[in-house]
Amino acid sequence: MIKSEPIKKDSYVEIKIILLKPEERVEGIPEDTRKVPFEARIKGFLVNDAYIGEEVEIITALKRIVSGTLIAVNPPFKHDFGEPVRELLEIGWEVDELWKQ
Amino acid sequence: METVKDILAQRNEIMKKSLGGIDYNAFEKGGLAFDYEALMKFASYPIEEVLRIQLETKVGNTPLYELKNLTNLVRKISSPGKGARILVKDEAMNASGSFKDRRAALSLFQAKKEGYRGVVAATSGNYGAAVASQALQRGLKCIIAQEVFDSRGIGQPEILEKGRKCEALGAEVWQLTVGPELFFWSLLLLKETGYFNASLYTPYGIKGIEALGYEVGIEVKARYGREPSAVLITHAGGGNVTGTARGLLESGCTNTRIIGVSVDLRGLHMASDNDFNRKSFTTGHTGFGVPFAVNPDRVDVPRNAARSLRYLDRYLLVTQGEVFYATELLTRTEGIERGPAGNTSLAAAIPLAREMPEDEILVIQETEYTGAGKHPTAQLTFSRKMGVEVIRGKPGDNIPGKRIVIPEHLSQLSYEEHSLDKLKQSYLEHTLKKNEVKKLSLSELKFLQEELKDNNNLVIDYLNSKGVMYG
Ligand SMILES: Cc1ncc(COP(=O)(O)O)c(C=O)c1O
Repeated sequence: MIKSEPIKKDSYVEIKIILLKPEERVEGIPEDTRKVPFEARIKGFLVNDAYIGEEVEIITALKRIVSGTLIAVNPPFKHDFGEPVRELLEIGWEVDELWKQ
Repeated sequence: METVKDILAQRNEIMKKSLGGIDYNAFEKGGLAFDYEALMKFASYPIEEVLRIQLETKVGNTPLYELKNLTNLVRKISSPGKGARILVKDEAMNASGSFKDRRAALSLFQAKKEGYRGVVAATSGNYGAAVASQALQRGLKCIIAQEVFDSRGIGQPEILEKGRKCEALGAEVWQLTVGPELFFWSLLLLKETGYFNASLYTPYGIKGIEALGYEVGIEVKARYGREPSAVLITHAGGGNVTGTARGLLESGCTNTRIIGVSVDLRGLHMASDNDFNRKSFTTGHTGFGVPFAVNPDRVDVPRNAARSLRYLDRYLLVTQGEVFYATELLTRTEGIERGPAGNTSLAAAIPLAREMPEDEILVIQETEYTGAGKHPTAQLTFSRKMGVEVIRGKPGDNIPGKRIVIPEHLSQLSYEEHSLDKLKQSYLEHTLKKNEVKKLSLSELKFLQEELKDNNNLVIDYLNSKGVMYG
């Protein structure tokens, strides 16, 4: 892969940090959860130019320095209202019918 | 970095430093007993003071609406003379859009008063936004740790929205993967920063909700000249039930029935990476409701001030599909869109109102804000993506994590009565085991009877059946 331009310092980015490896996780949790690491994601401003996948430092909303793996730049909010749901749309007409009874 | 073990070993010390003046040891009464009312008195603000503090930061005094259209619609499917009036307290109008502002308001007031520079809260829910909003208004820093993703990095739209809102309100937001280690991480953040622990479960966190119950009681009596017959309260960690019930008592409503309601998600494991995204509700469900009722001291403070079994008269379960139906119904009959959690008790209110005489009053004590992610279309689109089937049909065909059934008719809405006696017996089983009890002192016995609102020999019968001595 050809490396493109690095992400510029001071960009708003997201990092990922492995807080606990699978073997460090607490007792008594389900098997499927025990198999995977306990991770954190946090956003902030990049301290130095860096490429995705590199270990970096960021400045958080509280102006604290946190380090982790750079995973995204200017990450968008992806949640939305989803698709119209026919099963719900139908309820409006059903309510109209109830009023008529 | 310190390990989980290092941090957990310092647990008591970190908690003590981060909880201001509360010395939890002072309330212990030996064995499994502690003085609950003394703990609650620690947040010794008179109710008028609580109301005043909340109004300072845009909390409280929310509208109490009579849902006239919905009530009339329910009467159409009820026997003559039946169909209680349904009222709703529009808690979505609080600063950050839910009743959680009540809890945060008092905690942040206290944190400021005690000279902390900031607060930490571990929560995936509305409470994060509430803490962030109150922190801004009080000039405090705010860190929120939330459980957001499964191991593939996929998050429920509802929780993603809650994260966005915390960031919008200036908080430093730690978005974590599934697991109870959230607790460990928030301890570490508390240690690192020296901030106040704005736990949901301190006396402040509960005292703030008393104002909600109090406002309901006073207003219903003033407007209708009678107490509400019942107040329906969406139940997860139990603070909502506890605080509302205490506030109702304080307003003089001693006959009002306290009814907890949760979405039935039995069968899904809350700490499971696989199950995490197979539920459409992120709170107000049995995955929190049952374990918190049965074992309240499972939280980030030594003794939980939220103890729902002390107050509950009934505990009702509804299905996810019924809550979605109720949400749509609220919009289509009353012209308001409100978020998911408050509508859990709305779903139970409909069948309950059908059984009650027309002149009686049922109160749904909260709504929450709705928006991208926190909306039935977002939640159901996501469920379908996760492989959950969404169909119309009989609510009884619902299977948590596999099939969401949206009722085909208003008259299909019902509830399942969850036996409180069974919950109380589980509480006893758990507590006796945890404390390795062979014989109970009289003060421990009295404590258990108060914990379980027992005036029927339930505790004594249980102890006898297990051969546990007391006295
Ligand atoms: C809007 C809303 N309603 C109800 C609840 C349940 O409250 P509690 O956890 O105190 O039982 C929550 C939080 O979990 C909530 O955010």
